[in-house]
Order: sequence, then structure tokens, then C-alpha cells
Amino acid sequence: MATSDVKLIGSWASPFVIRAMIALKIKSISYEFLQETFGSKSKLLLQSNPIHKKIPVLIHAEKPICESLIIVQYIDEVWTSGPTILPSDPYDRAIARFWAAYIDDKWFPSVIGLARGQLEGEAKEAAIEQMSVGFVLLEEAFVKCSEGKGYFGGEKIGYLDIALGCFLGWIRVTEKMIGMKVIDEAKTPCLVGWAERFCADSAVKEVMPEIEKLEEFAKLLQAMYRAPPK
Amino acid sequence: MWFELRYVEMAEVVVLLDLSISPFGSRVRIALAEKGIKYEYREEEVKDKIILNKSSLLLQMNPIHKKIPVLIHNGKPICESLIIVQYIDEVWNDKSPLLPSDPYERAQAMFWADFVDKKIYDCGKKIWMNKGEEQEPGKQELIECLKLLEGELGDKPYFGGDNLGFVDVALLPLHCWFYAYETCGNFSIEVECPKLVAWAKRCMERESVLNSLPNQNLVYDYILQVRKRTGIE
Repeated sequence: MATSDVKLIGSWASPFVIRAMIALKIKSISYEFLQETFGSKSKLLLQSNPIHKKIPVLIHAEKPICESLIIVQYIDEVWTSGPTILPSDPYDRAIARFWAAYIDDKWFPSVIGLARGQLEGEAKEAAIEQMSVGFVLLEEAFVKCSEGKGYFGGEKIGYLDIALGCFLGWIRVTEKMIGMKVIDEAKTPCLVGWAERFCADSAVKEVMPEIEKLEEFAKLLQAMYRAPPK
Repeated sequence: MWFELRYVEMAEVVVLLDLSISPFGSRVRIALAEKGIKYEYREEEVKDKIILNKSSLLLQMNPIHKKIPVLIHNGKPICESLIIVQYIDEVWNDKSPLLPSDPYERAQAMFWADFVDKKIYDCGKKIWMNKGEEQEPGKQELIECLKLLEGELGDKPYFGGDNLGFVDVALLPLHCWFYAYETCGNFSIEVECPKLVAWAKRCMERESVLNSLPNQNLVYDYILQVRKRTGIE
């Protein structure tokens, strides 16, 4: 496939975009990365995703695909010669999708509030609690899904590894901000090992942003989201 | 020595934990009916017309969200309505496919089902959980979203093309709530979105759909109870 056949509209800092990048790397697909300017939305983005106007958008043979998990599944289904991303068994697929939905719908909202520096006092405590509880549940899910192997997907990175692993950079930044670890040896020992393995994987290494760069970016984000003085 | 090999056919045991009024449960019922799957239906108990008295089986099978619907297939639980519908489509893949076989078409179907999940139910809630002027934003947003869905439907008889598909299954149960939205909000969805209402009527001619959906008056009753409870009425 020619490089121009596959384009990805996104931002290096977005964990949702990172999901798509990891999937493309796993399948060894060349693509053109179109970096969005922070604070504004390009014409191409608005054209390709008029409903939600959000990144990532994968454009394949001029056709747009939106929503990060839908993109990952699409990549898995189109490029069948590379390693598989979703489990082959329908029940295992349902479990992977369940936890990915949990991550996006229940766990992520607590993390984004903390990362944006929008929360204080009780609200901040509640978000930290929600994030920690989430990780304990995900630790249990890991034990069940991995069946003693290194990843949620078993021997290699799979759909659920990508769904959660994309956040690892931001998790480290948030841990530094709140002054405590949420993935730690005491409560989530399996996830500690998994996080190291995931970040060291060849499909992830090059696309996971450096913590220092993310910290700088976090400052921009916080400036944007902090309530303006009245 | 003669060996007699006995093949014991494992009967597929399918149980659905549900609530008849639930639009999410209805999705699963439609999918099971389209595929002709035999299953045991278990209605959760409701106290005071609106409070779910969660059974121990539900809490065991869905400890994370503690919500219906839950499909239990040969003892293993699957939760979240659209995930259940996709599971049904993948396991019972011999008839009535709900998702298209083409990956791009599948991505589109999943996108629009996700859109229904993210928008329609919440817009509706903004209408029936409020009154008077406070309902206006919800009404506007709902009509906008339904018009986008009309655009996606186009001239096709169903979102799935010639047959019922994933998006049809995702949206249909919410159609039972239109009467409640219209009555609470004092507006007509049919006037704004005639194509969509025509689509719903077409779908209701199918037995699989008709037998899976609650009566719209029951839905309206439920909403009135909640409004009374929360002091809106």
C-alpha cells in the first residue's frame, strides 16, 4: 500500500491517537501522520469527522474512520497478514471490548479531570479514588485475561493492552502531579510488570511520548482548562 | 475390542437477565429473535415501579456495573448491550448477519451505533428530567441528532440496507421512548423527522421487533413515576 493511501490525523500527545499508531505499527503499515495544531481544528479534520470533530481519524483510500477503538478494530480486520490484535475467540473479544469500554466510559473521565488540573479538594480526592479503584479492577482483569502470560492479549500485545497502555505516559504525568503512584507494587503488582513490558515493546517504544514532553504539554492543557477569572 | 464413541451434543444454554422496559435489553432481545435463538428470559424485580431490586445472579454476573442486560451463554456472562449484540452476531453467524462483512461498512455501523449510545438516550433524558424552558436544549439536540441519523439512513429501507442491521438494533428500542419525549416535551418528532418515524414503523412490522419492544405507554408510565419521584411533576 502506498504511504499516501493511509493517513492519520492526530496529535503526538493524545492517548487515543497513540492507540491507532500502535495498531498501525503492529501491522507494519506506512502512513502519513497529519499533526493537528494545538488549540485549533484543521479543515481536513472537520471534513473527515463532522459529527464529533475529534482526533484520531484514520483516512484509508480517501475514506475516514473515526473513534479510536473502531479504528484499531478496522486496522485489525483490513490488514490480515500481520499479527492479530483482537482475540480470535468471540467470548474473549467480548471481554476485551467490555474492559475497553470501562476504560473509556468510567475510568478515563477521572483521569482527564486530574490531568487538566481542573479538580480541587473533594472532587480531586474522588477522582484519585476512582482512578485507583479502576486500576485494582484492571489488575484483576489482567490476571484473568493474560492467563499467566505477559499481556492482556496473552503472548503479545492485543486490543486491551492498546486500550489501556496508550494512557501510560499520562498516568506517569498524573502520578507526579498528585504525588502518589496509582500503579504500584502493593496494589497492582501485575500491572507494574505489564506497564514496563508494554512500553518496551517495539510497536510502542517509538510512539509513546517522553514524560518530559508530556509534562510540558500538560502545562498548556491546564492553562487552557483552568476556569478564567471573573 | 469395540469402542462406542458417543458424541454428546452440548445444548447451548442461553439466559438473558433483563427488564422489559429497558431499551438496552430490547436490543439484545431483537438480536436473539432475528437469529432465532432459544433462550430463558429472566425479568429482574422492580420495587415501587422504578427501583431495581437487583438479583444475586445479576450481581454475580455483572459485578462491575450491576446492570442489565446480561447475556449468560453456557454459564459465561457478557455485559453491555452493544457488546452482547456483537457477540451474538459473531457466535450465531449462520443467519441474519447484523454487522456487514466489509470492514469499512462495519466501522461505519459501529460508529453510528456508538453515536446512538452517546447522544440519543442522554438528549431524551434532558427532556424528560426537566420541564418548560429547561427542556429546549434537549429537544433541539435530539432533533439535530435524529436528523443526522436520517441522513445516514438515506433511501435505504433499513440502516443495515435490505435487512435489519446493527444500527437498526441499536436505535429501535429508543423509538419506544419517543412518545414519552414528545408528551413530556410537547413537540412532535414525526413532524421534524418523518423519514425516521417511517423507518421505525417499517421495522415494527417484523415479528422479531414487535415481540421485543415494550409498549410505549409503559415507557411513558415509567417516566412519569420518575418525574414524580424526583419532584419534577
